[in-house]
Amino acid sequence: MTPLRAHIAAALSPVAPEADLGTVDPRAPLRPQLDLDSMDFLRLLAGLKQRLGIDIPEGDYGKVATLDALEAYLTARGAGLGAQSEGADGAHP
Amino acid sequence: MPDDLSIEKRPGRVAPNLTPATRASFGWDEARGFLDGLPGGAGLNIAYECADRHAASGRVALRWRGASGERRDVTFGELARLSNRFANVLQSRGVKPGERVFLLLPRIPALYVAVLGTLKARGVVCTLFSAFGPEPIAQRMGIGDARVVVTTPSLYARKVAPIRDRLPGVTCVLVAGEGVVPVGTESLDAALEQASDLWTIPPTSPEDPSILHFTSGTTGTPKGALHVHGAIVHHIASARFALDLHPEDVFWCTADPGWVTGTSYGIVAPLALGVTSVVSEGEFDAEAWARILADEKVSVWYTAPTAVRMLMKAWSGHRELPHLRFVASVGEPLNPEAVRWGIEAFGLPIHDNWWQTETGGILIANTAADPIKPGSMGRPLPGIEAVIVRVTDGVVEVLPRGEEGEIAIRRGWPGMFREYIGNPERTARCFAGDWYLTGDLAREDDDRYFWFVGRKDDVIKTSGHLVGPFEVEKVLTEHPAVVEAAVIGKPDPVAYELIKGFVVLRSGFEASEALRLDILGHARKRLGAAIAPKELDIVASLPRTRSGKILRRLLKARELGLAEGDTSTLETP
Repeated sequence: MTPLRAHIAAALSPVAPEADLGTVDPRAPLRPQLDLDSMDFLRLLAGLKQRLGIDIPEGDYGKVATLDALEAYLTARGAGLGAQSEGADGAHP
Repeated sequence: MPDDLSIEKRPGRVAPNLTPATRASFGWDEARGFLDGLPGGAGLNIAYECADRHAASGRVALRWRGASGERRDVTFGELARLSNRFANVLQSRGVKPGERVFLLLPRIPALYVAVLGTLKARGVVCTLFSAFGPEPIAQRMGIGDARVVVTTPSLYARKVAPIRDRLPGVTCVLVAGEGVVPVGTESLDAALEQASDLWTIPPTSPEDPSILHFTSGTTGTPKGALHVHGAIVHHIASARFALDLHPEDVFWCTADPGWVTGTSYGIVAPLALGVTSVVSEGEFDAEAWARILADEKVSVWYTAPTAVRMLMKAWSGHRELPHLRFVASVGEPLNPEAVRWGIEAFGLPIHDNWWQTETGGILIANTAADPIKPGSMGRPLPGIEAVIVRVTDGVVEVLPRGEEGEIAIRRGWPGMFREYIGNPERTARCFAGDWYLTGDLAREDDDRYFWFVGRKDDVIKTSGHLVGPFEVEKVLTEHPAVVEAAVIGKPDPVAYELIKGFVVLRSGFEASEALRLDILGHARKRLGAAIAPKELDIVASLPRTRSGKILRRLLKARELGLAEGDTSTLETP
């Protein structure tokens, strides 16, 4: 698992502990595959903001609908650079 | 006083259907006049009114937008022929009138075909929300005695296959859409392909059962509220009055047909009126929704408070939606800020209205012609007698205006459910004399506007639907570490209430974050996202009465930091 994907998994865990990113088709819409409703998705993105410091405004939700798209979005905004180690500290105390 | 802040609206571009004169003269016979009835006086069938009678019009019935950007327009003629094929598929598989066809489908055209096709075959159709987990699905299919299931290969694998052995009455599973056809199912497309597109709807009485929808009480299993074909009289009258639907409208009801709003107003009412409906398969996404409103030239939009409040966060500035002329909302009370937000965002206020699974259609509404009172559910529609009552030992006392009590509706409106299937006692408990007792508490002001106060029972209102705490608690206690559980609705600014669970651990188990997440994951897997708790606490004990009943209200008061009230009946702490 890439470091970024590990962050996504860690942000997902408190929202949907049963969800397994390993079973996800990264190019298909994420929410139905993991059975996430709107509230769950909101909380997942809030968790990512906390870990990575990257805000995904509601207007951009359509751009992060698949796992690949979410990773690309986060990468384009600096995830995997400085934010990564910072977030990792918070992720694994 | 919020009552005084009514919104006076500018005259609309279209004369409202509901005028003071209509209000004064309306009778249900007038609404029956909007329907054709089956040819040759063979009765009244919802599917005929929704598809066949408009088949020659050439109009688009469904303007479908797929989750990945696909588009498909389905005309009334196609809908009539495809639902004929579906009725033939059911008949060839031995399905008899009155037998139950359960649909577990995303919002795809096959869903609409299967609903109408089942009604044409005089089966009873039950649409389930596809975000349900296996447990609520098994419960409902069991209570409803499912004979046929229509789903997709993926939903079948995840949600039906694990419970198939609990459904011995299911003799036929049809799968729609892409994917390998699983063992034990057959392809819906192939079955439709082989079926004839000719079908004559057998004689249908307005009292014949049509649609089954499940709802929840505080205790016990979900309740299957059974509706009849004659309910369509209420659907079309209320859609004309509360949604102001006109034949030339493009209508978008955002509710999933797994909930009653999505069938009464997402399928039956607009189709029966010959109106084009937008169907969006995708999940909520603010940008996508704004695009649909603009690109599809939606003129009437019926949505839910949770969606409105999520849009309020995402919407930037004012957008021109020149085709939009009427917006309504249902699910839980729409806060005044949300009503007014519509004016800022697209120049139109949002009209809240109120009804329930059992009522079949809208009963109380802010309408096009009347001023809106923000925060109020509006006034009773023509043909509906609503009062505020107090019930003591089965005796109904109608309360004066201004007092808080339970909303009661004089029975006999056409959309009223006929029974909770298999449960005459629970059906009887909803009625006292001539009144249907709603379980919703409200007050009525001097202008006859109703104001929602809360639920009489512990049922949770979340994201526009009702969840019974017992159904959730039962699954929580099925986790090996949990000895008892209680579930409440925790007030939430977006979802109105969030489902919050409290669990007590069995001796020998130690509380930890890992265990808490394991219990939460267990609940989500079994229940699905729609009814699983969003929050879960491990607690040392739950408050109970001396007789042992868990006091959910006290848990809720504690959660909110409120005074706990009279604790004299409590177990010693």
